Amino acid sequence: MSRHVSTGKTRNKFLSSTATFILGAVAMAQTAQATEELNALVWCDHTDPALIEPFEKEYDVKVNLKEYEGTGAGLSIIEQSRPGDWDVFVIDGVDVHRAVEMGVLAEIPADALPTSDIFPEVVMAENNVVDGKTYAVTEKFGYNTISFDKTKVDPKDMEDMSVIWSDKYAGRIAVYDYYLPVIGLVGLGLGIDTADLGADDMPAIKEKLFAMKKVSKQVGEVVSSQTALATGEVDILVGGGEWITAVLSEEKPNLDWIIPKQGGLRWAQSIGVMKDSEKPDLALKFVQYIMSPEGQARLATSSCYWGMPANAKAGENLTDAQKAALRWDDQDGYLKNSQLYPIPDADLDAEMQDAWVEMLQQ
Amino acid sequence: MATASLETRENRRAWGFVTPALLWTVAFFVIPFIVMAAISLATRKGREIVMAWNFDNYIEFFEKAHLLKGLFVSLEITFTVTIISVILAYPLAWIIAERVPQKWQRMALIMAILPFWTSYVVRSYSWLLVLAQNGVINNTLVYLGVISEPLELASTRTATVIGFVHFFVMLLTLTIYANLVQMPPNYRRAAADLGANGFQVFWHVVLPLTLPGIMVGAFLTFVLCIGDYITPQILGGNNELALPQVIMLQLGRRADFPMAATLSIILMVVVTLAYIACARWLKMERT
Repeated sequence: MSRHVSTGKTRNKFLSSTATFILGAVAMAQTAQATEELNALVWCDHTDPALIEPFEKEYDVKVNLKEYEGTGAGLSIIEQSRPGDWDVFVIDGVDVHRAVEMGVLAEIPADALPTSDIFPEVVMAENNVVDGKTYAVTEKFGYNTISFDKTKVDPKDMEDMSVIWSDKYAGRIAVYDYYLPVIGLVGLGLGIDTADLGADDMPAIKEKLFAMKKVSKQVGEVVSSQTALATGEVDILVGGGEWITAVLSEEKPNLDWIIPKQGGLRWAQSIGVMKDSEKPDLALKFVQYIMSPEGQARLATSSCYWGMPANAKAGENLTDAQKAALRWDDQDGYLKNSQLYPIPDADLDAEMQDAWVEMLQQ
Repeated sequence: MATASLETRENRRAWGFVTPALLWTVAFFVIPFIVMAAISLATRKGREIVMAWNFDNYIEFFEKAHLLKGLFVSLEITFTVTIISVILAYPLAWIIAERVPQKWQRMALIMAILPFWTSYVVRSYSWLLVLAQNGVINNTLVYLGVISEPLELASTRTATVIGFVHFFVMLLTLTIYANLVQMPPNYRRAAADLGANGFQVFWHVVLPLTLPGIMVGAFLTFVLCIGDYITPQILGGNNELALPQVIMLQLGRRADFPMAATLSIILMVVVTLAYIACARWLKMERT
C-alpha cells in the first residue's frame, strides 16, 4: 500500500516536474522567438491577432498591447508609467494636440508616411500637425450618427436628427456613453456646427440631452450598446455608426446606419510614436505597417469594430462585401455631410462633462 | 527579574508577529490614504492639477446635485439590498441549520455558495441575459400568458438590486448560519418550558442571539455593496449613477484625481459611520 502511494507520489512529482519544465521551456521559447518587444497603448481594434501577428512575424518582435477607452484614461496610464514604457500611442484625432502639449508624442518625418494615399478629408493636418511638425497620422475613421434596426423602425424617420429626443420611439433608444460625439450630434440637431459649439449653446443642448435621456432606455459603452441593438433590446442607437453595425453585417443584415439630413459626426483615430520610446525606429515601422494598404485593410475589419481605413489604397485588400458594409462607395457624400468632433477648451469640456453626468442622473 | 525578562521576550516576539501586518497596513493603507486625503485638497485648473490645500472639491460635491445624487443613489440601493438580503438569507440559514439533516448541511451550504465560484462580472452579465427583454424571465412570462409585453427589467435599478441580492444572500446565509449552529438548543427548550410559544421563542431568544451574525453579514453587505462599481455599471444601464460610478467618471473621463479622491474620502466616511453604527455587534469578544 505504502509502496503504491510512494510510487504514485513519485509519479506525480515526475509529472509535475515535467509539466513545469515543459511550461518553462515553452515560455522561454516564446521569449526567445521574439528578439524585441514593442509596447503599444491602443484602442481595442488593434488587439486583433490578425492585425498584429503579420507585423510580429515580419520584424521578429512581440507587440505588447494595452487597450484603453477614452483619452483621459490613456493619458492617465501614461502619467502613471515611466518614460520609455510605451512606444506607440493610438489616440482620438482631436486629442493629438493635447498629447503634444503634454510632451507625449514624437515628431514623425512627414516623408515616412503615405500621406498622398490618404483620403484628403482625413489627412487632417489641423489634428496631426503642430507648428509645422507631424506628430501623428490618421489611421481609421468613421461616423458617430444613428444606427438602427431597419425592420423595426421607419428608416425615413432616421433621416431627421430630432427623432433622438422625440416620443415616437420612447424606450427603444440606446445612447452611446461618450459625451463628445453625442453632444456634437445634439448640437447638429439644433443647427449648431461642431466648430461653433460654445458655452452659450450648452443650456439648449442640455435641455435636449435631458429630453433624449427621458425617451432612452439605456446609456452604455460600446459593448453594451452593440449588444442592446443586436439583441433587439433597443431599435435605435444614438452615436452609433458603421463601427457598430458593419462588424455584424453578415449575422445581422437588419442593422443599418444613416447620416441624418442635419449631418453626422466624423471620428478619426490617429497613431503616433511616443516621445520617450527607446525603440523609435521599430515604433515608426509599426506605424508604417498600420498605414500600409494591408495593415489598413486588417485594421478596418478588426474583430473589435470596423471603420473606414484612412489609406484609400486599402480598398484593394478588402472584399466587395466588406466594402459594402463600410459604404465605401458612399464616402464622398458622407465626408461632405459630416463634421468633426467638437474641440472644447478645458472649461467647456468640464461643462460638457457636467451636463453629461447631469443627464445620466436624470 | 526573570519575569520581567520573559515579559520583554514575549513583547518582542509579539511585535515580531505584528510588525509585518503593521508595515503592510501602513504601506498599503495609511500612506495611500494620507496621499488621497492630500490630493482631495488639490484642485483641477484647466487640465492641470494644482495643490490648493482648500476644501473646494468638498463644497462642489455638496453644491452639485448630480454629484450628491450619486451618494443618495448608492445609499438607497445599499439599504434596499441589505434589507432584502437579510430577509431572504435568514430563513435559508435557518432551514439549513435546523431542518436539513446534519450530514447534508455541508452539501446544502456548498449549494448555497455555489454562485460564489463564478466570476463576479460573468454573473452580472448572466443576470443581464436573464432580465433582458428577450431573456428567460420575460420569455417565460409571455409564453405563459402572464404578460403580453415584455417587462422593463434590465438596465434598471431593480436589475442592480437583483444582481446584488443574489450575491449577498449567500454571504449573509453563511454569517447567520454560523451564529445559528453555535446557539445551544437548551436555550430554546428552556424558553418553551417556561411557556413561550414558537414566535416568542424566536423573538425573545433566537433573534437576539443571532443578531451578531445578522449584523456582521449586514455590515459586510453594506461595505461591499456601497463600494461596488461593476454591478450598477452592467445591470443599471447608466440610467442613474451610484457614487463609485461617479468616481470612475472623474478618473476615466476627466482625469480629475482631486475630485475622485474627494468622492472616495466621502465614501470612506459613510462606511466608517456604518461601522460605528454596527460596532457593538462587530466586536471580537462577546459576553
